[in-house]
Amino acid sequence: MDFIFQNVLNALQWGSFYALIALGYTLVYGVLRLINFAHGDIFMVGAYISFFVAGFLLGPLAGLSPLVAFLVTVPLTMMLTACVGVTLERIAYRPLRRKGAHRLYVVITALMCGLILEYSNLAVLGASRLKFPELVEKQIWNIGGIALTNLKVMVIVTAVLVFLFLQWVVTRTRVGMAMRAISYDKFAIPLMGIPMDNIIVITFVLGSGFAGLAGLLFAMSYPVLEPFMGMLIGWKAFIAAVVGGIGDIKGAFVGGFLLGAIEVAVVTVFPSTYRDLFAFTILLLILWMKPTGLFGIPQSTKI
Amino acid sequence: MKKVLSLLVACCLALVMTLPAVAADTIKIGFNIPMTGDIPEVGEGSKNAAEMYLADINGAGGLEVGGKKYMLEFIYMDNESKAESAVTAALKLIEQEEVVAIIGPNSSKQAVPGGGTANDNRVPMISPWSTNPNTTLDRPWVFRAAFLDPFQGPVAANFAAKKYNAKTAAVLFDVSNDYSVGLAEAFKAAWEAKGLGPVVAYESHGTKDQDFSAQLTTIIKAKPDFIFVPDNYNQVALIIPQARDLGYKGPFMGGDAWGTPDLVKLCGEECYGQFFSTHYAAAGATGATKIFIDRYKAAHGSEPADYAALTWDSIGLLIEGIKNAGKVEKNPRKMRKAIRDGLAAIKSFDGITGSSKFDEQGDPIKCAVVVKVANDGSFQFEESVCPE
Repeated sequence: MDFIFQNVLNALQWGSFYALIALGYTLVYGVLRLINFAHGDIFMVGAYISFFVAGFLLGPLAGLSPLVAFLVTVPLTMMLTACVGVTLERIAYRPLRRKGAHRLYVVITALMCGLILEYSNLAVLGASRLKFPELVEKQIWNIGGIALTNLKVMVIVTAVLVFLFLQWVVTRTRVGMAMRAISYDKFAIPLMGIPMDNIIVITFVLGSGFAGLAGLLFAMSYPVLEPFMGMLIGWKAFIAAVVGGIGDIKGAFVGGFLLGAIEVAVVTVFPSTYRDLFAFTILLLILWMKPTGLFGIPQSTKI
Repeated sequence: MKKVLSLLVACCLALVMTLPAVAADTIKIGFNIPMTGDIPEVGEGSKNAAEMYLADINGAGGLEVGGKKYMLEFIYMDNESKAESAVTAALKLIEQEEVVAIIGPNSSKQAVPGGGTANDNRVPMISPWSTNPNTTLDRPWVFRAAFLDPFQGPVAANFAAKKYNAKTAAVLFDVSNDYSVGLAEAFKAAWEAKGLGPVVAYESHGTKDQDFSAQLTTIIKAKPDFIFVPDNYNQVALIIPQARDLGYKGPFMGGDAWGTPDLVKLCGEECYGQFFSTHYAAAGATGATKIFIDRYKAAHGSEPADYAALTWDSIGLLIEGIKNAGKVEKNPRKMRKAIRDGLAAIKSFDGITGSSKFDEQGDPIKCAVVVKVANDGSFQFEESVCPE
């Protein structure tokens, strides 16, 4: 029995990362109808930013204690990663949007931006991996045969809180209303006096900020950083978002945990070679029965 | 004007004519090494050792073959730690650079396919670090400087049985890495042959995986006395802390892929006190090995890992092969054949990673050492294990 609970916990932790990244995909898609393929790499940049921020804060110049450093690292990482996301929007996506480029070109641009982030990281920092410093002293609790660390609890709780926050922003605030409005009709919105560019910037701030948070938590949980760490997990999170119904906050959250749970479940029963085979077959079956994803609404124009 | 022009043409012609003559005085050797990708440390260490060797030979005026001195030229090709890129890199070295021999790839994951390419194109290749039997199996053109997994597997099994008094073992390996699979199988067979107890869990993962909690949960449930992890250092640095998080308190044991300075950098204190089998131990070295280590330290600021030492020995083997060939052919095909025959003629070799004899497959028979990750992060010699 504790074997099953232990694996449920494993799945929750791993699913939390998928969910956190999928939320960023879905947020940007929900507003702009743009699949921001650079999102996985923004997550990677977030992990690296947190590495340097934490390194600086723990270093001789700042000399903070690990706990204080952690508390400062969280907002700083989120802010800096948000800046990266907004910069991408400003220099890559907005000019294309202004010129009225077809959505396909913007998606290709996003893919290229992701590769640029990866390889510029490789060029600047080299291929050697980095070790993330220990920010929060690890505590291992053993509850009835189930091993639990404070970090795991933090990751899972954060994923839930971020989901609730974003759900609140999108459905209960004026900014959220404007986001939904842009998604509904982006030609009529400027006529209503809604500053479209500002709303889009806010979307990118939220999406990238939480990608930065995910990067920080990921780096704390799996403290080996490399330039391509965001690629695979980004793609998988994107698929999770699609299965949940891309554009829907709840869908991304559920989709992320679903993918995490399937992956862990397959590995506990079968050899690990079957993991992606089974996971994606199940997801394919879900899409086959419900092509718009679990919570998605059919739309006439998608790419 | 016309005169000037014809003079220029004549000059160009003369230059073109002399170029092959100059080229004939150099021996081109290719390196198929991972400069980027999963294990960039390995490529860097290999290159550092090669540059040292090159400076030695060329600094002394070149390599003397058949009474004439030839300069060596080393060409480094990045195989990105990928199997398919190792094949591309080997082909580039063979066809574009027309090298007469290849050193590398290091890891079996690249050395098995890379060795196939070299063998098919009839180019002698020496893999410094590959321990998977398939690298050289039925490939007369492929040689190696390291011992084999069927030997390394029992070394780990015997050591763990003695050191930890272990009765049961578990294995966690990388299923998409030839090296890891081969070593895991060799270990499993050796452990079961000992008859102390079963391998209670035999779990695998993928190369890019970062979360091993599901596999480790299965392993921990089976309550093994120790876990054998024949993985690359970067995965070990994730696996050991995750196992501790899940409540595992027992020991680990690994293979030679643990032996990079990056293991301690990435893994930290969680890896202290664990053992792995490897090719040589820098601590407590004597003679030529010590001279190599001191020189490497002075030049590159860090202790050479096993792959650097093995690259050094591979170049030594190749030089021996070229000397055995007796003369340098202008035609790279003839030269390659001569070097292969020269390499096959080597019966025993004294290198800095120990002396070895060669069997009919071109595989060395040599001793392994078991190394401890000490509490200051250095690798300490524990014991030497030789083939019976």
